[in-house]
Amino acid sequence: MKISYNWLKEYLDIDVPATELAEKIERSSVEVDSVTVPSDGLKKLVVGHIDSMEPHPESDHLNVCQVNVGEEELLQIVCGAPNVAVGQKVIVALPGSRIGGNVKIKRSKMRGIVSNGMICSLEEIGFSKSVVPKEWADGIYVLPNDAKNGDEIYDYLGMNDSLIDLDVTPNRGDMLSVYGTVHDVAAMYNLKENLDHPNLIEGKTAIGDELTVAADKEAAPIYKMRLVNNVKVGPSPLWLQIKLWNAGIRPINNVVDVTNYILMKYGQPMHAFDFGKVSGRKVEARFAKENETLTTLDGETHQLDPQDIVIADEKQPIGLAGVMGGLNSEIEDGTTTVALESAVFNSTIIRKTAQRHNLHTDASQHFERGVNHGGVEEALDAAAQMIHELAQGDVDQGMVIANDEKIADVVVKITLTRINHVLGTELTSTEVTHIFERLNFGVEMNDDEFTVSVPSRRWDIHIEADLIEEVARIYGYDNIPSTLPTGRMTIGTLTPKQRIIRNSRSTMEGLGLSQAISYALLNDEEAKLFSMKASLPTKLDWPMTVDHTTIRMNLISGLLKDIAYNNARKVEDVTLYEQGRVFYRTENQVRPDEEEHIAGAISGSLHSEAWNQHHTETDFYEVKGIVVEYIQSLGLNGEIDFEATTKYSDLHPGRAASISVHGHEVGFMGQVHPQIAKKFKIKPTYVFEINLQALIDMPKSDQQYDIISKYPAISRDIAILVDEEITHQQIVDLIQKRGGAFLNSVKLFDVYSGSHVPSGKRSLAYSLTFLDKEATLTDDTVNKAFEKVEVSLQKEFNVEIR
Amino acid sequence: MSLKDRLSELLNQGLEDLKSTSEQDELNELRVHLLGKKGPITKVLRGMKDLSPEERPVVGSFANEVRDRLQEAIDARKEEIDQKLLTVKLEKEKIDVTLPGKPAARGNAHVIQQIIDQIEDLFLGMGYQVLSGPEVEEDRYNFEMMNLPKDHPARDMQDTFYITKDILMRTQTSPMQARTMEKHDFSKGPLKMISPGVVYRRDTDDPTHSHQFHQVEGLVIDKHVTMADLKGTLELVAHELFGDRFDVRLRPSYFPFTEPSVEADITCFNCGGKGCAVCKHTGWIEVLGAGMVHPNVLKMAGVDSDIYGGFAFGLGPDRFAMLKYGVDDIRNFYLDDERFLNQFSMKG
Repeated sequence: MKISYNWLKEYLDIDVPATELAEKIERSSVEVDSVTVPSDGLKKLVVGHIDSMEPHPESDHLNVCQVNVGEEELLQIVCGAPNVAVGQKVIVALPGSRIGGNVKIKRSKMRGIVSNGMICSLEEIGFSKSVVPKEWADGIYVLPNDAKNGDEIYDYLGMNDSLIDLDVTPNRGDMLSVYGTVHDVAAMYNLKENLDHPNLIEGKTAIGDELTVAADKEAAPIYKMRLVNNVKVGPSPLWLQIKLWNAGIRPINNVVDVTNYILMKYGQPMHAFDFGKVSGRKVEARFAKENETLTTLDGETHQLDPQDIVIADEKQPIGLAGVMGGLNSEIEDGTTTVALESAVFNSTIIRKTAQRHNLHTDASQHFERGVNHGGVEEALDAAAQMIHELAQGDVDQGMVIANDEKIADVVVKITLTRINHVLGTELTSTEVTHIFERLNFGVEMNDDEFTVSVPSRRWDIHIEADLIEEVARIYGYDNIPSTLPTGRMTIGTLTPKQRIIRNSRSTMEGLGLSQAISYALLNDEEAKLFSMKASLPTKLDWPMTVDHTTIRMNLISGLLKDIAYNNARKVEDVTLYEQGRVFYRTENQVRPDEEEHIAGAISGSLHSEAWNQHHTETDFYEVKGIVVEYIQSLGLNGEIDFEATTKYSDLHPGRAASISVHGHEVGFMGQVHPQIAKKFKIKPTYVFEINLQALIDMPKSDQQYDIISKYPAISRDIAILVDEEITHQQIVDLIQKRGGAFLNSVKLFDVYSGSHVPSGKRSLAYSLTFLDKEATLTDDTVNKAFEKVEVSLQKEFNVEIR
Repeated sequence: MSLKDRLSELLNQGLEDLKSTSEQDELNELRVHLLGKKGPITKVLRGMKDLSPEERPVVGSFANEVRDRLQEAIDARKEEIDQKLLTVKLEKEKIDVTLPGKPAARGNAHVIQQIIDQIEDLFLGMGYQVLSGPEVEEDRYNFEMMNLPKDHPARDMQDTFYITKDILMRTQTSPMQARTMEKHDFSKGPLKMISPGVVYRRDTDDPTHSHQFHQVEGLVIDKHVTMADLKGTLELVAHELFGDRFDVRLRPSYFPFTEPSVEADITCFNCGGKGCAVCKHTGWIEVLGAGMVHPNVLKMAGVDSDIYGGFAFGLGPDRFAMLKYGVDDIRNFYLDDERFLNQFSMKG
């Protein structure tokens, strides 16, 4: 809401710079979006009088005007506006001036005739199209006759005002009005506000003879109406128009403008309609009926919902209550009897109606945030008085009331101790009393306790905490001390789970993978790829786009999308890991289980190419090395095993392995299936995904110092020719089984298959290390053990020893 | 010539010859020549048998002295020659140290993660626990127990991804306030926690909006926790993350789950508080929201609001990262462009 500083000054004796006031409001009340002065950026715009005018000889629509701008010589200006006429006072942009949109005006020639400047419309001097009165929409603006030639135009049009745009939080609906802002600023600066109150002169006709009203109590807890007869609709005076356009509202006529002015001033939405167009004498605020429709003032026709509140005459709806009036009862030039409605509508219902019809108006915005229940009547009287003054209307005696409330201050009690206890301050009772007085709240002090009476204009205050906030903001947050919580000691440590997650991340990073954070909401298909567990998808009820509809059941899809993004931008070496949750759900669950996972994806080369390092594409074994190193870093009990698997249909069937620790399957790794890679538009990529939660839950080995043997180890190498079907793992398992008590390690050091070995076979070479920690091993012992290994390999796997 | 004189002569000659040796081979030859079994000293010693018993020990010890001195001199010379050779060898081994090193693979933490870790460490040091809650949350915790009943207008402020009527993608980390308060045993001590995590809003992704982002919730509940404590804590966070030279300003604001509510601004990075386009000419940039926990929130979580109270705050690591590093598009955080991620590899 844009608040005019000039308007504020009508009620407050304040003279600080507007930006300073804005900063004060921001620190004490609500956010300020901007402070603007409409004349900022404009230059050399003056009042001119059109002394004479003749048609341009070379044009059928241009006129050559001789304009008096207060100088000795008249200024010749060519003007194309249809409404230009002799005798008008107009806005003249002198040569060298600057008009709206930062446009400079120079002396020029128009079809051969010199034009010393420009006669301007409101839009041309920076007015928004939406606030220019219809009368001046298609031509130049005509200033009042008493405007002095050569004067700057800004003061005539209210353009030297500072407009403070408030971004009002939902609880401070009271700040959506000039009076509300005046009250708050008065409290901030400890000023006395001089508000004016209506002094309505009523006519002789009793309203009850002409009009009766009814209203649903839930829909409209307060509902009042006045009637004004013999109204002469016409344009509003300029002072009123200025107030409206500076607030961003288009002036329309002296009835509609009054309702908007009252809304701005009091924060009370007001609806005026042509009583002459109403059928019957009864007006009612009720819920809409099925199949009712209404065309609102903006020309849109709405299919009404039974939960919309309408204003209706005896036949049909004539307005959408609290939102917008109906076209069928619009105030027009010929209107003579004006019905004025001032009411409180249920904020939730109004909000839903505004949403349902996508019709957010100033009125609906005010009702949604609440209005001052104690101000309904004053606003109604003020509106009637203004229509009487501006449109010569006769106000009927009295008002008709469908619903009303007894208005009383809200009384809240609070102790000084409590205030200081919560704020951490040492305020005295005098200081606090003074703050409540500045806010114009009633305050009584008894022992330590304040009894505070809060007027209805601050409907946001109900409880102790609300009063504490009032004290804090008026006292000033800057004045509150800075301390840290004291009290009983607490220990801040990470849980074992958090520690493992952190360690996992730093291990991955040490191994060369960078952390990715991808979107957890994927499309249906991506969400269920690479799934380690049968699960139902968890889908959004109302997604924003088809790309983000379902919560992921794997981390790899997100990483593959990342790789695709990189590949598409010619970044081909991508090495990423992600730690995050996947979401599994069974038939009986609505809320899925959230499981911590860790996954990686490598495409291209892990090591960047350099003068001394060749480009090497990553492969299964490089990624496997990373996985093993990572799992080992967690210090789990038991062996890590990899087993060929074909159960992941999104992986290359010949290059996929399930990963187990101590016999429990915890994840998988492999090459992304070429068809999937093609779908994602990525280069060959190797991936792994591990159920991190499972690793966290596994028993950890108690690490103990292992004596470093004083005795030398003995190595024996063995090279074998073996069927391709026999896996390395099978061979190692057998060697370990038969290698005897001193076999310390088995290391594969060569794999060969190719032209030098028969097809279907491959050659493997292992180095076996034997060690006795207690004594020196003899060759004899080692030879016996080694021989046993050779024999069993031959027997079990039919290997040929080379 | 006496044997002694002969030895003296040998010594002098030997020392003289040594001076002219420059190669290891030459030196070796000389050593063999002087001190070898067939060498002159051995020869002299063999002649000892002809000496008188009185002379024999005198000459013998002199011969040993001569041999030792020669040996010493040879060793010293050898050291000199070795040193010279080494110098030549090292000279030959010289490389261009300005050639680039072999690239090592090093990954790094995501910039948002770095900020979260920094916040966690700060609060762990002050005795807070770090807690994490579900990302798919119940409406009850996300809204109702946060003093946002079904028809509350503030629900419009945060458009929500619902799964069902009662289940949603959490729009904030605040539900962890209710979840932890419900469980906490206040007889065992105060509740001091932070809860970082991912949150979701029904937003169209653009440079300043993301349907997925991060939040860190903070909550302290005890018998005497004050607004001043909140102010001090927020100042500490701002100074830790952005640096001491930044001022903090608290402003009144509104959140349904706190009363009083504040927003905290820090001095604008770009202009240092003078006012510029980044800070909309205010000199301040909003960084977080906070307040004293609303009594309704305490009550709904089963905490006696007459005895206990405290503060809560919520901050956005995405926003912090954008401000701290001048990132102009929030989507960068979730596209994982290597060229973006690698810019944050400094651990400082």
